[in-house]
Amino acid sequence: MTSAEISSPSETTSTLWTAITRTVVVPVLAVFTALIINAVIIRISGGDPILAYLGLWEGAFGSPKAISETLVWSTPYIYAGLAVALAFKGGLFNIGAEGQLSLGALVSAWIGFALPKLLGTSLPWSVHLPLALFGGIFAGALWGAIPGWLKARTGGHEVINTIMMNYIAVLITSFLLNGVLKDPNPFNVVARTPSIAESARLTPLIEGFRVHWGTVLALVIAFAVWWFLWKTTLGFEIRTVGANPDAAKYAGINVSRIIVLTMSLAGGLAGLAGTIEVIALNFRQELGFSIGYGFDAIAIALLGRSHPFGVVLAAILFGAMRSGATRMQFLTQIPVDIISVVQALILLLVAAEEIIRFIYRIKAPKETVVLTRGWGG
Amino acid sequence: MAAHTSTASNRLRSILRVADLGRFGMIILLIVVLMGVAALVGAKENRVEVILASFLATLFAVATPLTLGALSGIYCERAGVVNIAIEGLMLGAAFFGFLASIYLKQAGLSDQASLWLGVAAAVLTGALFALLHAVLSITFKVDQIISGTVINILAIGITGYLNRQLFFQGQVPHAPGVLPVIHIPFLADLPVFGKIFQQQPVAVAAVLLVAITHFVLFYTPWGLHTRAVGEHPKAADTVGINVERVRYANVLIGGMIAGLGGAYFTLESVPSFEPLMTNGRGFISLAAMIFGNWSPFGAWAATLLFGAAQALQINLQFYSTSIPASLDFLNKSQIVGMIPYILTMFALTGIVGRTIPPAADGQAYEK
Repeated sequence: MTSAEISSPSETTSTLWTAITRTVVVPVLAVFTALIINAVIIRISGGDPILAYLGLWEGAFGSPKAISETLVWSTPYIYAGLAVALAFKGGLFNIGAEGQLSLGALVSAWIGFALPKLLGTSLPWSVHLPLALFGGIFAGALWGAIPGWLKARTGGHEVINTIMMNYIAVLITSFLLNGVLKDPNPFNVVARTPSIAESARLTPLIEGFRVHWGTVLALVIAFAVWWFLWKTTLGFEIRTVGANPDAAKYAGINVSRIIVLTMSLAGGLAGLAGTIEVIALNFRQELGFSIGYGFDAIAIALLGRSHPFGVVLAAILFGAMRSGATRMQFLTQIPVDIISVVQALILLLVAAEEIIRFIYRIKAPKETVVLTRGWGG
Repeated sequence: MAAHTSTASNRLRSILRVADLGRFGMIILLIVVLMGVAALVGAKENRVEVILASFLATLFAVATPLTLGALSGIYCERAGVVNIAIEGLMLGAAFFGFLASIYLKQAGLSDQASLWLGVAAAVLTGALFALLHAVLSITFKVDQIISGTVINILAIGITGYLNRQLFFQGQVPHAPGVLPVIHIPFLADLPVFGKIFQQQPVAVAAVLLVAITHFVLFYTPWGLHTRAVGEHPKAADTVGINVERVRYANVLIGGMIAGLGGAYFTLESVPSFEPLMTNGRGFISLAAMIFGNWSPFGAWAATLLFGAAQALQINLQFYSTSIPASLDFLNKSQIVGMIPYILTMFALTGIVGRTIPPAADGQAYEK
């Protein structure tokens, strides 16, 4: 998993062990500890934690259908987690995945249902699907580029700007889905678009299950992000700006350009998360379909140590919890919202890994990563 | 040499003062423009002075959580701790303050007593969440923005879970209503405009706290220590100021003020709790703090501008029938609702005068 980081063959086993401790042990212990604390919370609020976790496991991995649902849930998490992780690598904190995602979904849904009508002709699959896909990516990228540009040009902090753009995206979506893009079907009372054309849809991976090709694509994209960040010049420049913008500037890297690029790529990845939900799963955009993907994505990126492969594992964990939660609620009447508490606890313990190090007496040196910067720039 | 430096710094100071005057001028101008739009739209149905008075009354009320959020941020950041957790602090305080008030009422306390103890619970909740932020960012030296985000997500998770667990099944106790209106003597009796001075206690407290914070920060030893720790912790340490203790205390004070801001939502504005009801106010108040250059009165002016944007939205909804067809977009709550968020982004660009954060803002102190 971390072959790039443990590349030198001359490394001794002890440094290898340190590297493994750094990347894997702390997150795993964080998840474990969070589940224990959460069990206490469930117990205090009057539930049975063991029954709850058994239900969670059964709902997530208990049957082929459950596994399919887990993968369906994990898919947007992988894309959105990558969107946050990539920005972290460039020293930027992208809290805006939520907004980028919903605008990506909106644009791809519009291309999916409206473009054939607009052109007055049906489009072939080979044209329509890529159009919807890239339209969604482009919308997300644009929504990411704006705070990137503001950061590079004016120093306006991306944390607040991406959050503001989330709210603006929600209002735009609500405005359009209640207005011009609303499904005109007389039986429809919901703020949602009509179904997208067959020619803009991704097919299911296995007949009879909801898991779709978007999941496979997510894994490919995760690999591509890793390759891009660690094997290309541009990726190196992004990581350099993330590690030390001053050094990057002296090395002749155009920092402003890299900031805008990083935020655009991050936005594009988040836009892809929304697009895939539209073209492979829901086949339309509906108001409020993504409450919280963007915030979960932050936890996923941190848990995955901003490494694409770590993000995939963390996304599957979060997807499993989301998909298992319904079964858990059915068995134990514990609200699915408890999952948000577990996720927050995991995030807390990963972010403050000193706590984990303190509890489990881990001595290995801490990996210092610059995640974001103060208001100054 | 010394004389030269002092004239240079005097000149710098006067330039800054002019820039700030420009900032205040622009804020007032924008508020007047927003009021003008409200007056124009409502003119057919009501007298202009009545509309303006109710606009201002709404403005001061809705600016309350923003003002308190900005003051919370000022205490933290003047001591060098970035606090983007204000949103989560307010959400958590709104929930637990409300929770305390309804269960105290159920336990047999009067409505008034339950409400005031609810406010106390909200303030306490703010302090507890802030304590977590302090432990993470000061003691454990976690990246302060990450720590703040963790608290925001934790607050959303806990309030969402408990809200459903407690209020979605069985008998839900009744809420004790909202805090009573305070009539400010003399001013509240003015004709028409007296309405502006009939406000609820948290709103009044917010305005008082602006003045108190200004006094504390700039005219007391405590304020001097706080600013020293935020600007140059090493120097402060050298002269015997306990950097960690000053930072802890200020983050806790900030947490309590944000907690009071949370009380506004469920004990003063409406007698109920909804998940995510703070709706970005915590982040907007941070922008107001930056726009106000980390000064209490500057930040207050900025929050009034955001309040005006929100008051306009409320006004437009009220007079929606008299909006002419050519200005139909004003009828769309989503479009007008974007104004505060766009204003926030605009404020952050620094187009209107440059803002300067405390020099050690966001940096953990390493001895």
